Amino acid sequence: MFGNLSDKFESALRKLSGQSKISEANVRDSMEEVREALLEADVHYEVAEKFCERVLEQAVGVEVLEAVRPGEQMIKIVHDELVRLLGGDEVAEDEQAGLSDAPILFVSPGPTVVMMAGLQGSGKTTTCGKLAANLKKQGKSVMLCAADLQRPAAVKQLEVLANQVNDTVEGPGAVSFHGEPDKCKEYGQAVGVAVDVCRNALKKARTENIDVLILDTAGRLHINDDLMGELRKVNHAVQPHHIFLVLDAMTGQDAVNSAKAFNDQLELDGVVLTKFDSDTRGGAALSVRQVTGKPIKFIGVGEQIDALEAFHPRRIAGRILGMGDVVSLVEKAQAEVSEEEAMRVQEKLAAGKLTMDDFLKQLRTIRRMGSMKSLLGMLPGVGGQLKDLDMDESQIDRTEAMINSMTVKERTDIEVLDNSRRRRISKGSGTHQQDVSQLVKGFNMVSQLGQAMSGMGMMGKMKAMQQMNPAAMQAAMAGGGGNPFGKGKGSTKAQQNKTKYKKRKRK
Amino acid sequence: MAIFKGTFDKLRRGLSKTSSGTGGTIRNLLLGKTLSKELLRDLEKALVQADVGVKTAIELRKDIEAMWERGEISTGDEAWPMLKSQLVAYFPDEDRTLNFAAHGSEPTVILVCGINGAGKTTSIAKLCKTLRDQDKTVLLAACDTFRAAAVEQLTVWATRLGVDIVRGQQGGDPAAVAFDACKAAKSRGTDVLILDTAGRLHTQSHLMDQLSKIRRVVEKQLPTPEGVPGAPHEVLLVIDATTGTNGVNQAKVFAAATDVTGIFLAKLDGSARGGIVVAIREALNIPVKFVGVGETPADVEPFDPESFVEAMFAES
Repeated sequence: MFGNLSDKFESALRKLSGQSKISEANVRDSMEEVREALLEADVHYEVAEKFCERVLEQAVGVEVLEAVRPGEQMIKIVHDELVRLLGGDEVAEDEQAGLSDAPILFVSPGPTVVMMAGLQGSGKTTTCGKLAANLKKQGKSVMLCAADLQRPAAVKQLEVLANQVNDTVEGPGAVSFHGEPDKCKEYGQAVGVAVDVCRNALKKARTENIDVLILDTAGRLHINDDLMGELRKVNHAVQPHHIFLVLDAMTGQDAVNSAKAFNDQLELDGVVLTKFDSDTRGGAALSVRQVTGKPIKFIGVGEQIDALEAFHPRRIAGRILGMGDVVSLVEKAQAEVSEEEAMRVQEKLAAGKLTMDDFLKQLRTIRRMGSMKSLLGMLPGVGGQLKDLDMDESQIDRTEAMINSMTVKERTDIEVLDNSRRRRISKGSGTHQQDVSQLVKGFNMVSQLGQAMSGMGMMGKMKAMQQMNPAAMQAAMAGGGGNPFGKGKGSTKAQQNKTKYKKRKRK
Repeated sequence: MAIFKGTFDKLRRGLSKTSSGTGGTIRNLLLGKTLSKELLRDLEKALVQADVGVKTAIELRKDIEAMWERGEISTGDEAWPMLKSQLVAYFPDEDRTLNFAAHGSEPTVILVCGINGAGKTTSIAKLCKTLRDQDKTVLLAACDTFRAAAVEQLTVWATRLGVDIVRGQQGGDPAAVAFDACKAAKSRGTDVLILDTAGRLHTQSHLMDQLSKIRRVVEKQLPTPEGVPGAPHEVLLVIDATTGTNGVNQAKVFAAATDVTGIFLAKLDGSARGGIVVAIREALNIPVKFVGVGETPADVEPFDPESFVEAMFAES
């Protein structure tokens, strides 16, 4: 996301670089482009105007005229202003903070009550599930309460989610469910019933010593007085500690209208932006923050049950400007890889003793961290090049299959892989012999890169990574993906079917 | 085939719920005023806020500005009809009714797709009611096997509307459900088969592939003779009226994956003006066919450019 916006900024700012000083005229020119870019990113009209004015004011000041490289200076000004707009000033940015120590304050004694509200289809129920999953990982006992008695099967959906989270998400906590499906009515006929359901849930949560009670309310239009009234009643009856507005990140100019209305009626504590993993430029994030003054707490970033992240203004602003998001990457890696394991692999890598088993382990770890594309997109300088690259995630599956078809000996010493062995591996994994060769090549590349990098500092490593083009990186990471030799003989069809089958299954 | 009859009162009512919304603004902005650079800038702003897209807004503003500079118009009252007709012109005369199967090659198959939370299931309930009210037999297929309780949600609608439903296993293959549904529709002699698919972000290429596959299965299961339009006869993309510029991307990618034949603009009863369909129409040759204006199955209207634009500007 934000890809196009950073392109725009880049082209606007490129005009500036190379000039010795920023004059009002050339800043004005580029700011007009920035303004259009912001509007195209669905930033609210007035917010965009204000943003540009502020940047202009700062840019044409004395400090800038004295700057040596106006392009960089401009990026800094725009970046700082973006961070400010996204709420950076108020959020104490602990760069190591994960979701765990971010946005929710817990009350003692519990339960901490969290209420989700928003328009229809913004993603409230899914977000409830994701939040529960993350709280479970933190060891909290969570109760999900289905206060949506209007949408058909909404109660059932939350119940299924609650069970799914409880059964499949690892963590010391637990997730339970409260719902009263018999109270469901057709649209508009059960207004007010949600109040009782929430009250009952709170009672139950108290007796069961639940840490966090999450209320999933029905989607409603901010201009529907009856339904907004119901929310106010729920608010009054159970007095939630946190009220979050769930907002689709793809919302256009109307985002500020609905956010404002919900905020006026409910005193929001924060906003959850969903569907952030789409290609939306997410201007709603900028506008809503500005117009309501309420922080964006979480972003929904995928279909997986725990795909919810804390919102970090500084990092997102960095992403807008194409500066990458190394912090998030490191954080994700830390969540998946233990220090010990990382050290072990690094030593092996440095000594040139990396085995296929290690490689496989790494692949699986990367897999767990998210999609390849989203991970690579976080690397500085890679974002732009990745835009049109269609990452085939199933290549990783194929690589796994190939490694799985290797003997123990082959995995520790790839030098033994002669043609005969390669042929056997390709047959065993439903791939081509060329794919196996490609994997070996990629593996060697990673090994060499690892040895070369072991002597470098962080910056050197980044440079080395950047020097690899994305395709090579893909080849290196996904091993023998793709078939560089075009149509092969023999098992092409079987392979294709296999790929398709894998694609069909959701991750 | 004008199957959807009705006035546009509902649409207008939906569009004019907030006096502070764009419509009022654009109208108030122009009427009774003399044109000026400033006023034109405000006009552009109002258009952007209706989500018609920056480029379209700038273009419209420039057109009016050019007329003003040439001396053809000088007041807002003169600009007003110009602006309206320009917006209407984005939607050329075209067939906006549902495509039905040729006589003898029933069932008619309607494939409904869209991103998560766009309003697919509710929109299907609306289509379903309209068709049923015309004494057509309808079969629903719950191909959303991914989202929790999506099948149950559609089942509730099927029960309420008294139509049959083909369901798949949670987590099963949606294409398999489509396969079964085609077989069932054929053997039962159903008039219209409506396929509900899982919401998917257009950026998830594997899910877009899955959608293409569902389409292929339908094509294969219900073959037609040469020259007779085959199934699916209608592929409706449901777009949320609050969607911003991203709607254009959505439309492009969905159209590429499954030949979208029409757009169902859902949730037009909020304060959003649904201007995104103007931007989509500018980028793609896909007609907007229906608008959803409420939560009940009766809240659906055929899309009519004049009424849409009129309603966009209507005062409350």
